[in-house]
Amino acid sequence: MSVVTVQLGQCGNQIGFEVFDALYTDSHCPQGLCSKRENEAYQASCKERFFSEEENGVPSARAILVDMEPKVTNQTLSKAAQSGRWKYGQHSCFCQKQGSGNNWAYGYSVHGPRHEESIMNLIQKEVEKCDSLSGFFIIMSMAGGTGSGLGAFVTQNLQDQYSNSLKMNHIIWPYETGEVIVQNYNSILTLSHLYRSSDALLVHENDAVHKICAKLMNIKQISFSDINQVLAHQLGSVFQPTYSVEGSCHYRRNPLGDLMENLVPHPEFKMLGIRNIPQMSENSLAYSTFTWAGLLKHLRQMLISNSKMEEGIDWQVRPPLSRLPTLGKASLNRELQFNTSIANLVILRGKDVHSADLGGFKDPALYTSWLKPINAFNVWKTQRAFSKYEKSAALVSNSQFLLKPLDTIVGKAWNMFASKAYIHQYTKFGLEEEDFLDSFTLLEQVVASYCNL
Amino acid sequence: MTQSVVVQVGQCGNQIGCCFWDLALREHAAVNQKGIYDEALSSFFRNVDTRVVGDGGSISKGKICTLKARAVLIDMEEGVVNEILQGPLRDVFDSKQLITDISGSGNNWAVGHKVFGSLYQEKILEKLRKSAEHCDCLQCFFIIHSMGGGTGSGLGTFLLKMLEDEFPEVYRFVTSVYPSGEDDVITSPYNSILAMKELNEHADCVLPIDNQSLFDIISKIDLMVNSGKLGTTIKPKSLITSSAGAVKKRHQKPFDAMNNIVANLLLNLTSSARFEGSLNMDLNEISMNLVPFPQLHYLVSSLTPLYTLADVNIPTRRLDQMFSDAFSKDHQLIRADPKHSLYLACALMVRGNVQVSDLRRNIERLKPSLQFVSWNQEGWKTSLCSVPPVGHSHSLLALANNTCVKPTFMELRERFMRLYKKKAHLHHYLQIEGMEESCFMEALSSLSGLIEEYNQLDATKSMPVEDFPRLSVAM
Repeated sequence: MSVVTVQLGQCGNQIGFEVFDALYTDSHCPQGLCSKRENEAYQASCKERFFSEEENGVPSARAILVDMEPKVTNQTLSKAAQSGRWKYGQHSCFCQKQGSGNNWAYGYSVHGPRHEESIMNLIQKEVEKCDSLSGFFIIMSMAGGTGSGLGAFVTQNLQDQYSNSLKMNHIIWPYETGEVIVQNYNSILTLSHLYRSSDALLVHENDAVHKICAKLMNIKQISFSDINQVLAHQLGSVFQPTYSVEGSCHYRRNPLGDLMENLVPHPEFKMLGIRNIPQMSENSLAYSTFTWAGLLKHLRQMLISNSKMEEGIDWQVRPPLSRLPTLGKASLNRELQFNTSIANLVILRGKDVHSADLGGFKDPALYTSWLKPINAFNVWKTQRAFSKYEKSAALVSNSQFLLKPLDTIVGKAWNMFASKAYIHQYTKFGLEEEDFLDSFTLLEQVVASYCNL
Repeated sequence: MTQSVVVQVGQCGNQIGCCFWDLALREHAAVNQKGIYDEALSSFFRNVDTRVVGDGGSISKGKICTLKARAVLIDMEEGVVNEILQGPLRDVFDSKQLITDISGSGNNWAVGHKVFGSLYQEKILEKLRKSAEHCDCLQCFFIIHSMGGGTGSGLGTFLLKMLEDEFPEVYRFVTSVYPSGEDDVITSPYNSILAMKELNEHADCVLPIDNQSLFDIISKIDLMVNSGKLGTTIKPKSLITSSAGAVKKRHQKPFDAMNNIVANLLLNLTSSARFEGSLNMDLNEISMNLVPFPQLHYLVSSLTPLYTLADVNIPTRRLDQMFSDAFSKDHQLIRADPKHSLYLACALMVRGNVQVSDLRRNIERLKPSLQFVSWNQEGWKTSLCSVPPVGHSHSLLALANNTCVKPTFMELRERFMRLYKKKAHLHHYLQIEGMEESCFMEALSSLSGLIEEYNQLDATKSMPVEDFPRLSVAM
């Protein structure tokens, strides 16, 4: 089954390019650590999911590019074409002349309805190229105007028009010390709308990925390109083909369906995070060896202590002895040390993968009381190695990891809203104060729900 | 991509405008190696085949034929515009885009606004409509003028209301040169305050500049250039004041250097919209992020570096110095000290070989020494444009919505009151049809209202930041 990707805005398009590049490069990587036939099956599966065959043999990404101004999409299209290895479809791009001005209301209320038909038509064309559709992967940022506002609009439309297909939104959480001054408004408006219309929100935080670049990859002058490449690597480790049943040789057919089934048992809890280890610069990789036991131990502690990368893990944090639920916000003000999970999925790729022992993840203390570990935890093991890493372990988790950042954003947006600052910029384009209040209410609910796990 | 139209009004406006077009050509010549008319060029220039009779057939793609500035030049005296039309930039301007008169406004806002306003309204509207028609997607009008005189001040602000009515969806960014303390035009306080009311009500964004600050910056540069320090040879084109390599070979008259600074301001402001980068910032984002309340749209600007030294290696230290300088009061284009006042919002527009980690490092470093308003503690808007300005490897334009503009306005009000109390020169204004004392009173009250808003914000400066109680949700 195939995944159709929708890249929105500058961020979405810049990331989208890196994702397809990472997927393609990995699937054509000769060091798969498996048989040739195995490798070919992997390649074919990856291709089915993300690329379609064109006449001249160059695979075409199953994606549409949307932006309200042309500079970024032009760059993205030509970068792909220049690589010579894969490209975007000739007619897969929709862009306008004037951007959304970092204004969620402009993206949602002006650009959305104005360009609804054209964008949905483009998506339809891409869907028709698929033999069978697993769902949509929508890449967008929350801080700007197009990714956030138009992204929310498009997701809503997808829900109406393709109600049987799954939608996963890949959201970029902005740096805490602003990139955009109104980013908190744009974020709460986006999150509240997506919570109603999306099936799962896969979140990457700029701050976290930036730290990975600085500490683990040792990059001195970090560019957005570096950040996007780390991000793409993490996504690749999740979305590349995996075996369906332990030991069998068939790759899973439904990437999005399988993810959602395992990770989103309850619609109130939709926010997913990725951790992927090991992650390091190529130079360091040459001198490192890993054991599954070591990797899994680190990954488990990263989950429990809510650490986003391998360095600086707090080993003091332990699962609580009693599983009595704590009520109310008081628990938020206490240092929220232990990260309770709703569901976890571990994806292992590489050498001796069958020897990996995942007992640590099946401990009921890690999970909320209303799900048994047998339902809350899953593991996918694949022998074919990922992107030059002899062993790589990815964890996709639905847990309290985003609780604090979410609470922070809601708090800041609320302070700004109480002072009425910038509201005139939104009401100019049809948004009312009521709409803001609705968003706040919904998100406070989400915060409380996650808090009470 | 979008286009912008520059409307230059009065002597000051046209002189600055002229420098702007000169430097814009230089910048695009440096970037556009192949001579193809691209989208970046089209933001400020039309590509015209002058052999075609009539309008001059516009060519949208392909090789550059003749570039015409998207500009409207307005002056009620002929001297400056004539000089432009006789100079080497004459081919850049479409002769049909000029409006001139002979008598001038006599440093009288009322003459500029009421007399010439009504006289030339239709003509101006026609020229503006024409220039808008030539644009595929017009995003912004840049108005350049001075506040202290008659034409720039009066007719320039008359335009604003017209633009708002005629083109409500197009942004109006105004670059206003405020009169300095030792201004030789006696009536400049009257003109400025009458103009301020229009700026308050009809401009989207105002970039105030004053001559004294520009002059101080020039002196600083001269000191550096002539200091003869060992090993400090400055790259000639990198001087922010220099027109080296520009079309016009002028003798550097005193105002030329100052006008170049303002021209660079406009170029840097629009660079991220014209050229590519990893974090773009369009003009509509400036107003969205930096104007939290409609009236508070005055942005203090600073440009760094002022020059680039000739050595090739640029250590991080120097990059960080660029960020520090942007917040120093010596680099602001208006007399203001943002560091010791309250920030409502701040934008950092970086050009050249600077990445997001450099940006973040410097924001973290400088944040503790700056005061932000309670509801916007992390009020930073940033952009990264890959193309540096000519002669530099990187540059920074900082735009601050900061209460440090208040002293300028208060001083202006004081000078106004000194004249008004004695009714000095008032008859020159009142004798113009449509002018009454109430016009002065209204303008004064508009300015006082603005000052009061800044006062209220300043009052919150030393108060502790308290969070508003959040919505509580039943579980």
